[in-house]
Amino acid sequence: MPDLSTTFAGGIRSPNPFWLASAPPANCGEQVMRAFDAGWGGAVWKTIGEPITNVSSRYSSVDWNGQRMMGLNNIELISDRPIETNLREIADVKKRYPRHAVIASLMVESTRQAWHNIVQRSEDAGADGLELNFGCPHGMSERGMGSAVGQVPEYTEMITGWVKEKARTPVLVKLTPNITDIRQIARAAKRAGADGLSAINTINSITGIDLDTLEPRPNVDGLSSHGGYCGPAVKPIALNMVHQLQNDEASRLPISGIGGIGTWRDAAEFILLGCGTVQVCTAVMHYGYRVIEDMIDGLQNWMREKGFTSIEDFRGLSAPKVTDWNHLNLNFKIVARIHEEKCIGCELCYIACWDGAHQCIHLDRTGSLAHRTPPAVEAASRARISVTPIPKLDHGVSSDAPLARVPRVDEDECVGCNLCALVCPVDSCITMERVENHLPRQTWEDLVNGTPHS
Amino acid sequence: MGAAVPFAFQDNAEIARRFPDLHPAFDPQEALTEANRCLNCFDAPCAAACPTHIDVPRFIKKITTQNLMGSALAILDANVLGASCSRVCPVDVLCEGACVMLRYNKQPIAIGRLQRHAMDNFLERGGRLPTKSNRKRDQRIVCIGAGPASLACAAELAQQGFAVTVIERRPLPGGLNTYGVAEYKLRPPDSLREVALIAELGVEFRFGISIENESDLAALELEYDAIFLGIGLGAMHQLRIPGADHPDVVDALEFIARYKTAANLTVGNKVVVIGAGNTDIDAAIAARRLGAAHVTIIYRRAESDISAFGFEYEHAKLEGVGFEWLAQPVAIHADPASGRIVSLECSRMGSNFQLPCDMVIPAIGQTPLSLLERCRGPKYYSGGDCVNGGREVVDAVADGKRAGVAIAKSFEQCHA
Repeated sequence: MPDLSTTFAGGIRSPNPFWLASAPPANCGEQVMRAFDAGWGGAVWKTIGEPITNVSSRYSSVDWNGQRMMGLNNIELISDRPIETNLREIADVKKRYPRHAVIASLMVESTRQAWHNIVQRSEDAGADGLELNFGCPHGMSERGMGSAVGQVPEYTEMITGWVKEKARTPVLVKLTPNITDIRQIARAAKRAGADGLSAINTINSITGIDLDTLEPRPNVDGLSSHGGYCGPAVKPIALNMVHQLQNDEASRLPISGIGGIGTWRDAAEFILLGCGTVQVCTAVMHYGYRVIEDMIDGLQNWMREKGFTSIEDFRGLSAPKVTDWNHLNLNFKIVARIHEEKCIGCELCYIACWDGAHQCIHLDRTGSLAHRTPPAVEAASRARISVTPIPKLDHGVSSDAPLARVPRVDEDECVGCNLCALVCPVDSCITMERVENHLPRQTWEDLVNGTPHS
Repeated sequence: MGAAVPFAFQDNAEIARRFPDLHPAFDPQEALTEANRCLNCFDAPCAAACPTHIDVPRFIKKITTQNLMGSALAILDANVLGASCSRVCPVDVLCEGACVMLRYNKQPIAIGRLQRHAMDNFLERGGRLPTKSNRKRDQRIVCIGAGPASLACAAELAQQGFAVTVIERRPLPGGLNTYGVAEYKLRPPDSLREVALIAELGVEFRFGISIENESDLAALELEYDAIFLGIGLGAMHQLRIPGADHPDVVDALEFIARYKTAANLTVGNKVVVIGAGNTDIDAAIAARRLGAAHVTIIYRRAESDISAFGFEYEHAKLEGVGFEWLAQPVAIHADPASGRIVSLECSRMGSNFQLPCDMVIPAIGQTPLSLLERCRGPKYYSGGDCVNGGREVVDAVADGKRAGVAIAKSFEQCHA
C-alpha cells in the first residue's frame, strides 16, 4: 500500500496530503472532526481574527453545459465566531486527533502586537502550523487586510517577519493570484523567513448578472460585490502559478497547492508540479467530506500502478517538463489521425478545423474530391430530399454509407494543433501521431543564437 | 395562448383520461439537461434525415441558452407543423434514428420531446408564424384538402404574401392530424391550435366542400392561379368476405376518427383488427384503451413481414394486444338471435379456425383517389399521401412546402 503520509514545511505531519482549505468546510471543530473521520489528513481552520459580520447572500456560481458549479464565487469574510471559541475548538480537535494536521489561518490588523498575540494564542491552542491569510480578495482587503497585504511585497515581508519573530510552528503564507507576478510576493515571504506557501487564494470575480432583474450575483439587497472565484474553472490558473513559484529560486518554498482540486487526479497534478500537500474547498462544498474517499483510493491505485511508494517519489517530477516557449523543439511534427472505426460522424473536427484552425480536414472520402467549404456541405444536405423510410414502399433503398461522414485529415496541411482531437467526443478516435521528419531538435533560442541544434 | 382557436372542438374528459400522452412533456430542467447532451454535430445527420430538414442542433442549442422562442422559430422556419410533428413523427426511424449517439452505445438525443418542449412554449406564449415578405401578391391559390400537405403549402404561400384558400370536405382542418393520429400522440385540440397559426396568416378555410369531378375542378381553375392537391389517400379497402357488411365491422380510420371526435366511444369486448400496419396498431391500442378486454391483430403473413414500425409493434404488445400470424380472414359470423358478431373465421395453412369476437376492424390499405388522374396542366401541384403512397405527416409537410416554394417561383418566372 503506497504511503500517503506527509511532513510539510519543516514539520507539519499529516496522514495524507489532503487538507481542507481555510473556508466554510473548516469553520468549526465539529466539522473538522467529521472531516477527519471521513479521511481528510488535515484542515486549515477558517480564518481566525476579530469576528466579522457577513451578508446574505454570499455565494454564486457558474454552471456549464448542464453541470453545476464549474466555478464558485464567494463574498463571505473570515470567521464570524469569537477568537476564543475557534481556539478552544482547535485545542479540542488536536486532543482527539493528534496525528492530523490542524493549521490556524490568521488575519488580524496590521500591527506587530496584534500578530504576536494571535500567533501566541494559536500555538498555545495546539495548532500545528500557521497560515497567514494575505489573499482574501474582498471585504477584508478594503479594511487593509487580506489581499491588501498580499498585493504589496513590503507589507507581506513586514508582517511575515513579525509572525516569524514569535512563531515556533511552521509559517505558511497564503498568496493571492490577483497580482501581476505572484513571485514578487513569494520572494518577500521567503525573505521574511516563511516556511511554506499556500497557493492560490481565490480570484477576483463577478460570476454573472441575472438577465431578468439585471442585478449581479450574489445579490445582496439589489447590489453585489466582486468576490473570490474558485472551483474546477481555476485549476489551470493555479497550476501555472504553482509552477511559477517552483521554478523561481527566490520564491521556492514548500507549497500547499490550492485551486480547483476536486479529485485525486487534480491532486496528483499539483504534486507532480511540486506541491507537498493540497487543499480542497469547492468539491467539499459541492458534495461533502465524502469526496476524500476516492481521492485517497484513486491516488493510491495510481501510485501503485506507477510504482510510487510515497508522495515524495513523484513530487515535482513534471516540473522540469514545463519550460519557456523558446525552449520548445520547432522541428517536432505531429498530425491528426482519425480512426474510422471509432468515428461517429459528428463532424465537429471538420467544422473546428475549417472555422477555428487550418482548413485541413475534409469530407471527401466518398463522392467528389473537391474540398467543399462548410456552407457548401450544408447546402448539399438541405437540397437532398429525405423521406421517412417505409419498408414496403422503399424496397431495396439503402441509406448513406457511414464512411461519407468520416472526415479525412490532409496530413501535409495539418499543423498538429490538437484542436480536432480536443473537440472529438469519442475517446481516442482522433490521435495525434508523430511524423518522422529527420530534422534535428531546434528551438527558437537556437535560431536566435544561430546554433543549428541543441 | 394566442388568438382564440377559430376551430371549435369540444374536449372530452373521458378520452383525455383514457389516452394520456405516450411521451410526456419535458419539464424545463429535464429539457435543459437533455439539450445539453446534444453534441451539436456539424451538418447533422438528424437534420438530414428529417424530411423537412429541421436544423435540429440549432433549435436544441437554443434550448440550452433558454432562447425558447428562437428555438421554436428555428423549427417553424423548416416545418410549420413542428408542433404536431414533434408528437407524431416516428423519430426512431428519422432524426433520432440518425443520431450519432447511437454509434457509440449512447441513448440518442430525445429530439422529438425537445422539439415539443420548444413548440409547447411557443404556443403557450401566443407565438405567431412569421411572414417572409411584406409584399402583397396578386395570385390566388387554392389547396384542396386541409391535411398537413395543404397546410404546409398554404402557409408557405401565405408567408410569401399570396392569397390562399383551403378547401376541406370535413368540418375541421388538420386531416389525419385531427382525425387519424392515435390520441396519445396528438389530440385534436392540439392539431387545431397549430392550424390556427396558419389561419392567422390570413389563409381562408372553407369546410364541407367536396371536390369530386371535372366540373368542380374547372370552376377552381377559373377562380385560382394555382391548385394544390393535398387530398391524401382514398377510403380504406373494403373487406370482401361474407358478413363484412355487419354494422360492427368498422374500418380502422373510421373507428379512430369516431373516438377522436368523441362521436362514438363504444367498442366491443373482444375486438379483432385485420392487418398489421401502423394504422392497425393505432386502432388496436385504441380499442384496448376504450375498454375492449381482448384485442387481437390478425395478419395473413408472418411476424417478420409486418409493415408497422418496430416500436409500434412493441408498443402494441405492451398494451396487451395479441397477434395471430399467417391468418387469413374467411367470414364473419353473427348470432342470428341477437344479431351480434360472434366470431371471425380465419384460415391458416389450409385449416380454418374461429376467433371469437364481437367487433371487427379491418385496415387493409387505402385506395388512391382517382381525382388525381384528372388534374393535368401547369396550374396543378400535389403532395403528401396522394403522391407518396402514404408516408408520415412530416413527409406531407415537406412536400407541401416544396410545392409552395415552387408555386411562388412559377409566378416570379412569369413576371420575368
